Amino acid sequence: MARAVTPRRKLINTGAAWAVGLLIFFPILWTILTSFKSEAQAIASPPILFNFDWTLENYGVVMERSNYARFLWNSIIIAGGSTILGLIVAVPAAWSMAFVPSRRTKDILLWMLSTKMLPAVGVLYPIYLLFIQMGLLDSRAGLVIVMMLINLPIIIWMLYTYFREIPVEILEAARMDGATLREEVLYILTPMAIPGIASTMLLNFILAWNEAFWTLNLTAVDAAPLTAFIASYSSPEGLFFAKLSAASTMAIAPILILGWFSQKQLVRGLTFGAVK
Amino acid sequence: MATKASRSAARLMMAPAVVLLLGWMLVPLIMTLWFSFRTYLPLRGGDQGWTGFDNYVRFVTSSAFWPAVQTTLIIVVGVLIITVVLGVLLAMLLDQPMWGQGVVRILVIAPFFVMPTVSALVWKNMFMDPVNGLFAHLWRFFGAEPISWLSDAAMPSIIMIVSWQWLPFATLILLTAIQSLDSEQLEAAEMDGAPKLKQFYYIILPHLGRAITIVILIQTIFLLAIFAEIFVTTGGAFGTRTLSYLIFQRVLESQNVGLGSAGGVYAIILANIVAIFLMRIVGKNLDN
Repeated sequence: MARAVTPRRKLINTGAAWAVGLLIFFPILWTILTSFKSEAQAIASPPILFNFDWTLENYGVVMERSNYARFLWNSIIIAGGSTILGLIVAVPAAWSMAFVPSRRTKDILLWMLSTKMLPAVGVLYPIYLLFIQMGLLDSRAGLVIVMMLINLPIIIWMLYTYFREIPVEILEAARMDGATLREEVLYILTPMAIPGIASTMLLNFILAWNEAFWTLNLTAVDAAPLTAFIASYSSPEGLFFAKLSAASTMAIAPILILGWFSQKQLVRGLTFGAVK
Repeated sequence: MATKASRSAARLMMAPAVVLLLGWMLVPLIMTLWFSFRTYLPLRGGDQGWTGFDNYVRFVTSSAFWPAVQTTLIIVVGVLIITVVLGVLLAMLLDQPMWGQGVVRILVIAPFFVMPTVSALVWKNMFMDPVNGLFAHLWRFFGAEPISWLSDAAMPSIIMIVSWQWLPFATLILLTAIQSLDSEQLEAAEMDGAPKLKQFYYIILPHLGRAITIVILIQTIFLLAIFAEIFVTTGGAFGTRTLSYLIFQRVLESQNVGLGSAGGVYAIILANIVAIFLMRIVGKNLDN
């Protein structure tokens, strides 16, 4: 971009943008700060921003009291398992649609997308019932399957848009040079497809981690992930601000970090390739 | 390049995904349709046979229905207006040359990665609590009486929480769209002496048209289904019971599956109306 700007203009932009950015980020910052306060200082009036007595006590209490590790483990299993399972199903599908398109490819893609539009609450009871009958209620396996299915359309779409960007000419050139199908897949397509697969994986992990309809409705104790762990802090325990903050920070920190790596892919993944 | 063999291989590779999604779509859908025509109270006598369109009529004529529709519309439209308007402004601001652009972007996007239960609880307790919340402190600082946000101003509070969650999404997509705008066009307009407002109205806004449409459609689908934000803040009280929440209550809380399923069918129809428009845009995009 070659638009010339005066330093003064740039300074104003910078000031305005930082002010807005910090304002939007503030609730998260405040939560993280509060998690290091004592309960008394967390509700001090006037509120204390930085100069309080930093303590790790809340983290200790939350972990001890609520078995945080189990919720975390459930989140990891559910988000990770559904992502991997989804990729196993989606990679071949997206691959074949991108490289061997037929007249019906477009319709199939749009139909897959349409399954994503099904409102969860509309099929809540059938799924609930099926889960009870199959003994999947409050099981990690059940949630892995549901999470995989609700995100499958997004995975396929994202992979499809990535795969389509791999130039077919390269394949033709390789074939001219006498590459076999196996060599083609192994040495040419796979290395080119890995970045796309990685970003798909990342975004999908985040979406599954934060999903809060099925995880709240289909779990009770054994399979409850972090979304449910936090929901258990609605009153009266939520009134202990410092502990609520520590629990919240632990629930969002891993995903905030992953999320920052995935911001570019987010646009492509969530608009089904319509905005890049 | 596609031979007959590669075509059948392709079909085979697609089969698992197609079968799974077909099952995921059809099985619950058919069950919901089935239940919606029956009197089905799992805790009070179980399945008591066909009732025709009774559930559909009862769902629509119940006193909770129209308020729920209204609540849903207010939340969806309110959040859409806030996120799109602020999103356009923010995207334009972030597109300007500045120091630390990358960091600001990260700050703005962050709320999107916060799980809904966390953002709802943090807002509910640490900001909106009438005694110890930050807003209460702020109000007292200015000598005003603190507000019990989630009971006295429940709808604006919910809209605010949800907007905070979705503003990053709108901003990010609109920013991506703005960055694809040819800056020469703006320079030409600048040289012809077009005022900033006209540049915005005639060049930037039309360029953003498609991105805005996509933001609206995608957000609408997600906003129609918001659940956790209401579940942990008001539990549907104080006029915040949306259509999805009403259905949830009918099905799981009062265990009236027939009635809830009829509501579910309405929700499915509603979502599909929105989805058709979204698919059309996405489909057009596939052709190029």
